Amino acid sequence: MSGARLDLEGVTKHFRGLRAVHDVSFTVPAGAIHALIGPNGAGKTTIFNMIAGVFAPNGGVVRLDGKAISGLRPDLICDAGVGRTFQLVKPFKGLSVLENVTVGALHRKPRLAEAQDSAAAILSRLGLYDRRHQLAESLTLPDRKRLEVARALATEPKLLLLDEVMAGLRPTEVDVMVGFLRELNQRTGLTILLIEHVMRAVMALAAEVVVVSYGEKIAEGTPLEITRHQGVLDVYLGEQEEL
Amino acid sequence: MSFVRRLAGNAPPRILWSLAILLALLLVAPAVLGKYWLSVLILILYFAFVGQAWNIMMGFAGQLSLGHALYAGLGGYIAAGLYFHYGIGPWAGLFAGVAVAVLAGAIVGYLGFRFSLAGVYFALLTIAFAEFTRLAFDHWQWAGGSGGLFLKVEHATDIVNLRGGPVLFYYVILALAAGAFILCRALLRSRLGQYWLAIREDAEAAQAVGVPVLRCKMIAIVISAALTALAGVWNAFYYNNLFPETAFAMGRSIEITLAPIIGGLGTLFGPIVGAVVLTGLGEAFTDLGDVLRIPGIKQIFYGLALLVIVMYRPAGVWPWLANKLGLTERQS
Amino acid sequence: MTADFLLNLAQAIVNGLLTGMVYGLMALGLSVIFGVMRIVNFAHGEMMVVGMYLAWMGFEYLQVSPLLSLPVIALLFFGAGYLLQRSLISPFIGRPEHQQFLLLLAVAILLVNASLAIAGPDSRGVQMESQFDSYEVGPLVFDAVRLHAALAAVAIALLLWLFFTRTRTGKSIRAAADNNLAALVVGLDVRRLYAFTFGIGAACVGAAGALMITIIPVSPFLAVEYTLLAFVIVIVGGLGSMTGALLGGLLIGVSEAVAGLLLQPSLKSMFSFGLLILVLLLRPQGLLGKGSQ
Repeated sequence: MSGARLDLEGVTKHFRGLRAVHDVSFTVPAGAIHALIGPNGAGKTTIFNMIAGVFAPNGGVVRLDGKAISGLRPDLICDAGVGRTFQLVKPFKGLSVLENVTVGALHRKPRLAEAQDSAAAILSRLGLYDRRHQLAESLTLPDRKRLEVARALATEPKLLLLDEVMAGLRPTEVDVMVGFLRELNQRTGLTILLIEHVMRAVMALAAEVVVVSYGEKIAEGTPLEITRHQGVLDVYLGEQEEL
Repeated sequence: MSFVRRLAGNAPPRILWSLAILLALLLVAPAVLGKYWLSVLILILYFAFVGQAWNIMMGFAGQLSLGHALYAGLGGYIAAGLYFHYGIGPWAGLFAGVAVAVLAGAIVGYLGFRFSLAGVYFALLTIAFAEFTRLAFDHWQWAGGSGGLFLKVEHATDIVNLRGGPVLFYYVILALAAGAFILCRALLRSRLGQYWLAIREDAEAAQAVGVPVLRCKMIAIVISAALTALAGVWNAFYYNNLFPETAFAMGRSIEITLAPIIGGLGTLFGPIVGAVVLTGLGEAFTDLGDVLRIPGIKQIFYGLALLVIVMYRPAGVWPWLANKLGLTERQS
Repeated sequence: MTADFLLNLAQAIVNGLLTGMVYGLMALGLSVIFGVMRIVNFAHGEMMVVGMYLAWMGFEYLQVSPLLSLPVIALLFFGAGYLLQRSLISPFIGRPEHQQFLLLLAVAILLVNASLAIAGPDSRGVQMESQFDSYEVGPLVFDAVRLHAALAAVAIALLLWLFFTRTRTGKSIRAAADNNLAALVVGLDVRRLYAFTFGIGAACVGAAGALMITIIPVSPFLAVEYTLLAFVIVIVGGLGSMTGALLGGLLIGVSEAVAGLLLQPSLKSMFSFGLLILVLLLRPQGLLGKGSQ
């Protein structure tokens, strides 16, 4: 496992005339952790969905290691090395925790036994091994978030897209997740892009932050620079207590 | 042997032993049972087999088909028609029958899945195709039209042309039912089977972890249609007659769905347990109906039984039974 | 094209429109129930057949015209629908579709076989005095029986429209049909509303049955056909859309009549199913439905 570089070049998306994302460009170098922040409805998840292939951009290109991936089907984009989590978690409710992650692992390891082994290994790293025979629907929200991460990791991505995996976690749980992601990034060189409202996690993890508002990129820089950026402060006026 | 071992996987030895004993009993059954009980057993095996086929679509891949009579009808009609008109035996004819059913399944599936019809809408599409075909066969003279297609009843056993008495048909349907059971077990323990379960639970999340959703659904409908067509061929040669009004009827489609739903959707033993329960109830109520001599009384009891089962065991009889027996069937 | 043919065609369309109104009323019941509860009433045709039998019994044993027994039947159906929803169906709302399907299938089996047990397998028809009356408008002939049934269906549809636009309960039901979640959030008494809706849906189909018996005789075997017909109509019109159901009824009524004229009569439903497949694929929300599924 090693990381891939992500480039967005002038990516644009309209929904029935409504401009959701307009001309957004940024780069996440291979092996880096970047964050994508912005107020609710700014277009963050739309950007994720375009990277992950849920829908194709109306304009612009998404590249993974230089190769255009925009417009491909989600499963082919997973094939190319992009793993993602969903903001509203989508576990396979009727399957066990182990089966959930095994489905992800089967992508690279077609034999069930091997896929199960690799799924079990990922589960133990995320502290879910003891629950592996539980049905996913019986998990608590923090565990479901962990399960999302585990399932995405099982596909052995080169780029991991995390959509608000810290939301709803207690501060100590946030620290555990931050520690896990940092260790994962350092050990494997996996590139990570996270959408996050929990600033504590953004500050601790991200080397750089991209800020979007009303579908446009309004700032980009280190977390420290971003907290001093006047435009960002204006946008966040209502949510300042979070910063 | 390695195939058998892989198939067995982590199944508890008591299940394997029970299955082996059950199979042995079924193999010697015709020597012991009288005509009536053999016909009941044949009915059970038939519903277990088509139930298993339908379960692949709905129980595994989560696609509700209420038009499976289409595949059974096509398989039966094509094979019977080839035999009737050209003397082509069913062992050859079944390939044509299965091919046509597979093509029909591929068309229904491609249209439905491509246009992302889900749930009730997909179910209605499957009904519409079955009804459409029923009406078409009503007017197709090669297939006998609405007057039906009849095969000559012959009692001498002729395995090549699948002609003979109940014992022959018993062993054929037993082989089919056992084969489908093994196939489904193997499928569930394969990547494809796991992908189906993922699609059933959440197609969008499945696609995000690399599952080619459309292709997997297509494979599900094609396998399901092929197996159902085999059941149709068997059915046509067992009963020796085919009418569009019954072969493609919605009632036939519904009949196919009942055993897996009653037994436990998505489980391997569900269709079998469901077939036993439903056929048992059906036979018991037929006897009762004969005694009471009121038209429809058999169906009224049957309807009441369904009502009770769906109200108190909505997940099916088998998961509850397995729990009672201390066997929890995990799906992998 | 000869004038004769055009006249026949026009006559077929007239007959189709008249029958189509009754179809529309039947489908309206299915649509209302689905729109509000997201439950597909697989027992709809069976309910229709029960309505037809009740009207036939009223005529046969009490010498009451179906048009007069209609209000009583509709009321009975409303009560039965209300109770059915409260007792059996309520726990199944939001459950997996196959469980709902099995539940209503069981109800359907019970209804149709109860009819069979009581009335027997033979066709039962109503011989009205107006059987052979007709009104002539220019060259077109309006069958009196059919016309009365259609007018009654229109009148009932109008009453329903008043109910849905003028009364509090009616508005709440429409709100719930438009946006299930919003109705929940607004805090309407959803349990009562659901039972009421099922009652209304049942009353529609019961009334449609009372009208239909004046047009064609009833037998238990019609049930499945009517269930399918109602499905076709509401999908074509737009599942959950009330005007869609009425227009779908007219469309299917006319297309059946015209197909019966141009092709063999037995091919007429093939035409409807072809239409259903096309609509499902090209416009699954139905001709008048809005938004995506």
